[in-house]
Amino acid sequence: MLKKIEAIIREDKVNDVREALKKIGIVGMNMIEIRGHGRQGGIKLLGRAGSYQIDMLTKIQINIILSDNNLEDTIEAILNSASTGEPGDGIIFIYPVDEVIRIRTRERGQEAVMYPNDIDAMKKKEPA
Amino acid sequence: MNSGDTAWVLVCCSLVLLMTPALALFYGGMVRKKNLLSTLTLSFIFMSLISVQWVLYGYSLSFGADIKGLIGGLNYIGFTGVDALPNAAYSQTIPHGLFAAFQMMFAIITPALITGALVERIKFKSFLIFGLLWATLVYDPLCHWVWGQGGWLKEMGVLDFAGGTVVHIAAGFSALAFAMVIGPRKGFGKSPMEPNNIPLTVLGAGLLWVGWFGFNAGSALAANGVAVNALLTTNTSAATAGLVWMMLSWLDGRPSTLGIATGMIVGLAAVTPASGYVTPLTAMFIGAVAAPLSYYSMRLRDKRNLDESLDVWACHGMASTWGMIATGLFATVAVNSGGANGMFFGNPNQLGIQILAVIVTICFSFGATYVIAKLLHWSIGLRVTPMEEEVGLDISSHGERSYS
Repeated sequence: MLKKIEAIIREDKVNDVREALKKIGIVGMNMIEIRGHGRQGGIKLLGRAGSYQIDMLTKIQINIILSDNNLEDTIEAILNSASTGEPGDGIIFIYPVDEVIRIRTRERGQEAVMYPNDIDAMKKKEPA
Repeated sequence: MNSGDTAWVLVCCSLVLLMTPALALFYGGMVRKKNLLSTLTLSFIFMSLISVQWVLYGYSLSFGADIKGLIGGLNYIGFTGVDALPNAAYSQTIPHGLFAAFQMMFAIITPALITGALVERIKFKSFLIFGLLWATLVYDPLCHWVWGQGGWLKEMGVLDFAGGTVVHIAAGFSALAFAMVIGPRKGFGKSPMEPNNIPLTVLGAGLLWVGWFGFNAGSALAANGVAVNALLTTNTSAATAGLVWMMLSWLDGRPSTLGIATGMIVGLAAVTPASGYVTPLTAMFIGAVAAPLSYYSMRLRDKRNLDESLDVWACHGMASTWGMIATGLFATVAVNSGGANGMFFGNPNQLGIQILAVIVTICFSFGATYVIAKLLHWSIGLRVTPMEEEVGLDISSHGERSYS
């Protein structure tokens, strides 16, 4: 079963999260810049004379498609690397995925999200 | 007093002042987006800070009544005695106030050059204190030694037409010292740190080149043949260095716009001390040598993993070091009867004086900056917190963003 992770994280945590994912063998992903807020209130910015409030803050959404046997490991890696303990750390959404097709090779399903030395290859190498 | 000279130098005050916001843009385009405003402000603020310091006491320390060849006195404090009549020590044909104003623009841009070493991580408060201390304890004395009446390097006969030592070598080696103390940016060597806006950098470079005519040709302090020569040497060196860097960049793969712009600036920095003493053809050679010198200095700095972020040492420190030496080789009284001959014109002594001035400038600026930076590091700290650095100085230091 394939799943999609949408991890909305702090801009300044992107490098830490990517490194943590690389370490466990999550290779394919994309990210988009997004604006939003959860329960916290935004920040105060300075103008020429005085200040003003900005509610919708810039975050980064990392999208990962993966098979569900790798889901918990990946979530754990993201949680550990993206968190600061302060409000504004972000949120993760999980969705089911109907199908994945790699355009160049027309591979479908599990094969389309496999890469050399990825998380499944690393798990195979580990002694049982 | 000569109204032609006065009008020209008045214009040059504007040209040189323009170089500081130009430098702000040049640097700003090369940092990450989240630090653009901070980087602009680091240069911009010197327009205010040094303008005030200069009038209060900076000019006096630099060009006041000499004390043992080392520093000026306080006779020009608050610009008293700096008025409309010429000061024969510095120029017969322009008002004293104009000379002081023109020099002020050099005093403004020099500390701004150093900011290239400390971008993206400096604490603003520490930076302001550093700027004031550096201007007072490094720039003003050095300026006095090289250009001040009675200054010991000037008395020795050093040739520095527009600020090879006082501006570029000093800024370059001070930047090196500061970078060593403040340490690298978080993620240096691991995370990408791409220029956020190369068009800004190119715009800055173009304005710098134009402004440099005021910097070099204006240093003739007269609308005369020497000024014209300085303009021609300035232009030729910049042009040649730009072409050579383009070729070096091409060897790397493709000729980069950023490389071409950088090459031009390096040519300008190199010719600065020589501009009023050598021929345009010599200036071509100066630019041609400056480009690979700075290019490989940059590569060396990178290989040594030192985060002197915007390469002030490679582009200004090393380029002008070559320029000072070139002056000692190629200076000729045929270009400027008020100067001297260099080694290739029968006066090998001049090369020795130039080398001495370079060594003195390097040791003094590097040493003093290292000490000042260390003292600030130990007391109030030089860097923002890691989280502030990650969020970006625009928001954490200034509460603003460049783009909404």
